[in-house]
Amino acid sequence: MTSAYGPVTDWANDIDHAEPEYNERAHEIWDELRDGGCPVAHTDRYGGMWAPLTHELVKEVAYDTDHFTSRGVVVNTGRPIAEAPVGPAPPITSDPPFHQHARRLLLPPFSPKAIDPWEPEVRRLCNQLLDEMGDIEPGETIVDAALQYAQHIPVNVISRMLGFPVEDDDYFRRCVHEFLELVNVPVEEREQSDLNLDAYLDRQIEEHRREPRDDLTTYLLEAEIGGNKLSHEHVRGSMVLLLIAGIDTTWSAIGSSIWHLAQHPGDLQRLVDEPDLMLFALEEFLRAYAPVTMARLVAQDHDFHGCPMKENEWVLLPFPAANRDPEFFDDAGEFVIDREANRHAAFGLGIHRCLGSNLARLELRVAIEEFIKRFPKFELAGTTRWSVGQIRGPRELPIRVLDTA
Amino acid sequence: MRFYDRSMRVEVNADLCQGHNRCYALAPELFDVDDYGTAVVIGDGTVTPELEDKAELAVANCPEYAITIVE
Repeated sequence: MTSAYGPVTDWANDIDHAEPEYNERAHEIWDELRDGGCPVAHTDRYGGMWAPLTHELVKEVAYDTDHFTSRGVVVNTGRPIAEAPVGPAPPITSDPPFHQHARRLLLPPFSPKAIDPWEPEVRRLCNQLLDEMGDIEPGETIVDAALQYAQHIPVNVISRMLGFPVEDDDYFRRCVHEFLELVNVPVEEREQSDLNLDAYLDRQIEEHRREPRDDLTTYLLEAEIGGNKLSHEHVRGSMVLLLIAGIDTTWSAIGSSIWHLAQHPGDLQRLVDEPDLMLFALEEFLRAYAPVTMARLVAQDHDFHGCPMKENEWVLLPFPAANRDPEFFDDAGEFVIDREANRHAAFGLGIHRCLGSNLARLELRVAIEEFIKRFPKFELAGTTRWSVGQIRGPRELPIRVLDTA
Repeated sequence: MRFYDRSMRVEVNADLCQGHNRCYALAPELFDVDDYGTAVVIGDGTVTPELEDKAELAVANCPEYAITIVE
């Protein structure tokens, strides 16, 4: 399937985040646009799309739930069928006042104290993946840190939290690819998809109804809002959210962090020598390489700082660009491994703060810790292939191991 | 005696807190989180002198500007 639009020649007036060049050169593109006096980029693609690029403007959109609806959060050539305020995948696609009810019921299973007990399991999984890389010859062996490591960690954890077979991970990654990467192909082409995620989830729901278990699917089936059980569509929509949002986001963050360390031996050495530095380093990885750009639909015609936004146009929310805004951060373009003051927005701002942020942090921290414990020295060994679309991270990341523990 | 005359306290604005949990990670002596992941101050929020740096760190890392120090 190919793009309905083609390559970009003018990022200010024809931005397209799903063109491969965007994620390959994201940091340069944002700097060029901001330095060139373009704090809000635009395109006619996707039926109209705006992209604020400063921290101040991204924050303003994120906080303004009157002019911007979350009914659609993944920019694509079509428009979501499900109506506000619920949207297709509550609570991420929900608006107030419904949003807070849908969100509140999912907060406890993702609170820090509910997530912390997963740490030994994440650590075991990381070590298993490292073991499966086989015999390592320092200076010779090349491993792919995205394909053999990062991509397996979050999908494994969220599948088990939901109570889905972990062997279905390839299928889940295909779903993520279609939902989040194949966004600029014509709608008719996407409708030919044979993934049938709804049917897959319907079967899971049915099995869990028959045989309740201690997992998130049963949790959703038993949850109530105002004394009523959730609708089937709500349960299934929340499962879509947890599955899709819990896979390539953290996979991307793990990959980008390893990509950085592979090119900055000084940072790698400090992290190996001073494990306590992770408290700050983790947040700097998240700031400098935030993987997630969200989106909104314009709810009603709105003059946004001189931009004539029309109802039903898209607005990208590039939190990763906000995180590199020199007006908001000192040395915004630099990776400062011990940066102490770091109000980054990697997990969003406002009422839609990433529900899974505590799990994402745990997975990212443990994945980096175990990787550098096993491989205290490594370097890039070929071409990194980046994802396309709103989630930015390496999809192929060849690494030459230079030393083993 | 010289440090203990002034009392420094931290406060969390519950309307602004979105549960990023940065304060809880950086200053667990001063902040706890409830079952929903929302930050709460421990006790009356009093910051003893040895915790002043951590209190300032919590303020400087809250993405929602939900934490303030009152003296």
